[in-house]
Amino acid sequence: MLDRHAEHFPGPIHQPPLVANVDAIQPGVHAEHAYHPRLQHHFDDMEQQVEASTLGMWVFLVTEIMFFGGLFMAYLVYRWASPTGFQEASNHLNVTWGAVNTAVLICSSLTMALGVRAAQTSAPARTQVGWIVATMVLGAAFLGVKVIEYTDKFTHHLVPGPNFVWEGQYPAAAEIFYSLYFCMTGLHALHMIIGLGIMTVIAIMAWRGQFDSTYYTPVEVSGLYWHFVDIVWIFLFPLLYLIGYHYH
Amino acid sequence: MSGHVAPKSLYYLIFLALMIGTGVTVLVAKFDLGPLNNIVMLSVACAKALLVILFFMHVRWSSRLTWVVAGSGFFWLLILFSITMSDYMSRGWVPGTLR
Amino acid sequence: MHGVVMVFFFLIPSIPAVLGNFLVPIMIGAKDLAFPRINLLSWYIYVLGGVFTLFAALSGGVDTGWTFYTPYSTAASNSHVMSAALGVFITGFSSILTGLNFIVTIHRMRAPGMTWFRLPLFIWAHYATSLIMILGTPVIAITVLMVAAERALHLGIFDPALGGDPVLFQHLFWFYSHPAVYIMILPAMGVISEIVQAFSRKNIFGYSFIAFSSLAIAVIGFFVWGHHLFVAGQSVYAGLIFSFISFLVAIPSAIKVFNWTATIYKGSVSLDSPMLYAFGFIGLFTIGGLTGLVLATMGIDIHVHDTYFVVAHFHYIMVGGAIMGYLGGLHYWWPKMTGKLYSEAWSKFSALIVFVGFNLTFFPQFIAGYIGMPRRYHAYPPEFQVLNVLSSAGASILAVGYIIPLIYFMYSLVAGEKAANDPWGSRGLEWEIPSPPPTENFTVTPVVTEGTHQYVHPSQEVGVA
Repeated sequence: MLDRHAEHFPGPIHQPPLVANVDAIQPGVHAEHAYHPRLQHHFDDMEQQVEASTLGMWVFLVTEIMFFGGLFMAYLVYRWASPTGFQEASNHLNVTWGAVNTAVLICSSLTMALGVRAAQTSAPARTQVGWIVATMVLGAAFLGVKVIEYTDKFTHHLVPGPNFVWEGQYPAAAEIFYSLYFCMTGLHALHMIIGLGIMTVIAIMAWRGQFDSTYYTPVEVSGLYWHFVDIVWIFLFPLLYLIGYHYH
Repeated sequence: MSGHVAPKSLYYLIFLALMIGTGVTVLVAKFDLGPLNNIVMLSVACAKALLVILFFMHVRWSSRLTWVVAGSGFFWLLILFSITMSDYMSRGWVPGTLR
Repeated sequence: MHGVVMVFFFLIPSIPAVLGNFLVPIMIGAKDLAFPRINLLSWYIYVLGGVFTLFAALSGGVDTGWTFYTPYSTAASNSHVMSAALGVFITGFSSILTGLNFIVTIHRMRAPGMTWFRLPLFIWAHYATSLIMILGTPVIAITVLMVAAERALHLGIFDPALGGDPVLFQHLFWFYSHPAVYIMILPAMGVISEIVQAFSRKNIFGYSFIAFSSLAIAVIGFFVWGHHLFVAGQSVYAGLIFSFISFLVAIPSAIKVFNWTATIYKGSVSLDSPMLYAFGFIGLFTIGGLTGLVLATMGIDIHVHDTYFVVAHFHYIMVGGAIMGYLGGLHYWWPKMTGKLYSEAWSKFSALIVFVGFNLTFFPQFIAGYIGMPRRYHAYPPEFQVLNVLSSAGASILAVGYIIPLIYFMYSLVAGEKAANDPWGSRGLEWEIPSPPPTENFTVTPVVTEGTHQYVHPSQEVGVA
């Protein structure tokens, strides 16, 4: 029934074949790309696979930027609406713990970068695992400090909700500040926990000696994720902890 | 991915810069400099983020596409911030109303 | 509830998931999407989100509308906001992963010789759609999460009683949800660009204009969300700017409509069912788009805000546009996807029924809305009786129009004639491989030497000057 188009229409005046030189495409064309056991079936070669994975991670990180962006937007609006209230509220955060955590995360970024480098340079599995485990230990330390801080907030009735108590001048702004504080740091901590999970997998893969200079994409892209989480904290620390440091 | 292997010394250098940046922000925040507090705090944070992105995340040696993708995320964030704030900041410009 | 299901579970995923996942790799000459397993994951996530939303529907529904406006959704409503919101949140990730997959695939998986300006327009449309999915969806995810946090944990974010600002919610919500409208319509536009070429037997008129207008819609779409907030307490000056930028969206949209009509002009037009849907799309989308300009005008919007005029407007875009495009695409690529032919007579008949039923349903709503019938009320004064009866009658006809394709598509699966590689005489990589395509699509990686949708060789093109 549909095939009647053949007579019904004059059809294209001229149609050169889309697939030119089919004969020229021999398996040998890609011979310069040696077969790699990690090459997935739908990619032409390792380079394409690596590029796709890295680009995929970057696009994912863009979505993460926008994801945290919504919270930063809320922060911006409410801080703009009551700047002094936010300073007063921020003054009750512990700058020392915040600074320590920043340092811990920066250290973990360094170990992560060195872990990726170890894989890139085909360092022994022991070295690769060492850097990744160091990253995980630092990440866990960060979360440990976070637990101490959260406990402190609970005991001082600084968790928004029915039990929120604020003695200062701006109780409404303070409640919003602490709502945002818990949303932002909570979401960040969740990303850290996911990061630890990813790093566990990566450490096992590294231990099995799966990474060398020809194949290290998983370490590389998980590293990108880890650094991104670090960057979020680089902004969270001053915006949450430091705006009230000088406030009396 | 670039496949570029950066020397270890570069990574340690970046690490040092990040630590110094953290120290500077904490130090500056102790003093009440008015609006300057925010400016210093955010410029240092941006500089630190840039260092991480460029070197730890290898963007420095990556394709132009990676630059564009990474940049577009921050650009769209800027759209969200600037247009929303343009509403809040222009509230009450019509005399006698809240709008 | 209707809105939640239709927007998040039908309009947004329909064309990208059903047609896009299938056609994007084939059209660019790739064996598969870049991340097949992420693709599967996004389907599971979609189902999981659907389960939550279905739970909300079955256990009594949600009375906030699809917009979840605060503070009603966080403080007042005692319907199943949480599970519906979680459903939306979870499905958002399915949308993000699909967008991510398309972007990486289109960037990295193109066949040798498939340059950006040889890409089919369907691909351009999906690329633009994916950009919105990537850049917008996370914002609604976090917004819905904040609503959930406020509702469950009483964290004060949007509720004025807790010191929050409900207008902020609307800003964040519409930052995604306005561009989301373009997530729904852009893929349909891509489908129409393909169909119009195939059934006019002509190269598309103004290829690069259509390609770039897709990107322009995606980008400008992010600057206009404030036109949903004209009466929400937004500042007058912000409203002015949003109103002005909203008009700008009409330019790329009009470019597409004009280029499609110019393509049809003096073409060898055949009125097969996909083309009937394409005609329906062009006409109805034009009406929907032009009434969009009416609504973008701040003064008139204050008059017709939250009336049936708005309802009619977005249904002309969503049903008249997106669903016509979806049905058109489904009819066009059905033989390719299944390898079976369906009944041409029945499909033409149902296209007609859908068109008539649709107009009968929604055109009266323009009138009802303009003379003042508000949305979201089940009761209305007697003077709206005639219009409402017409609308209800139209909805029944429309339903028949949707059921007929269901029947003949099913029938074609069991007893349909086998389809040839290229049943419509179309051009493009997808028509050069068997129907249905083999695993990995191509036995040999194709090498592209010219635009893939050349119906007429450029040197021999005549007529449209």
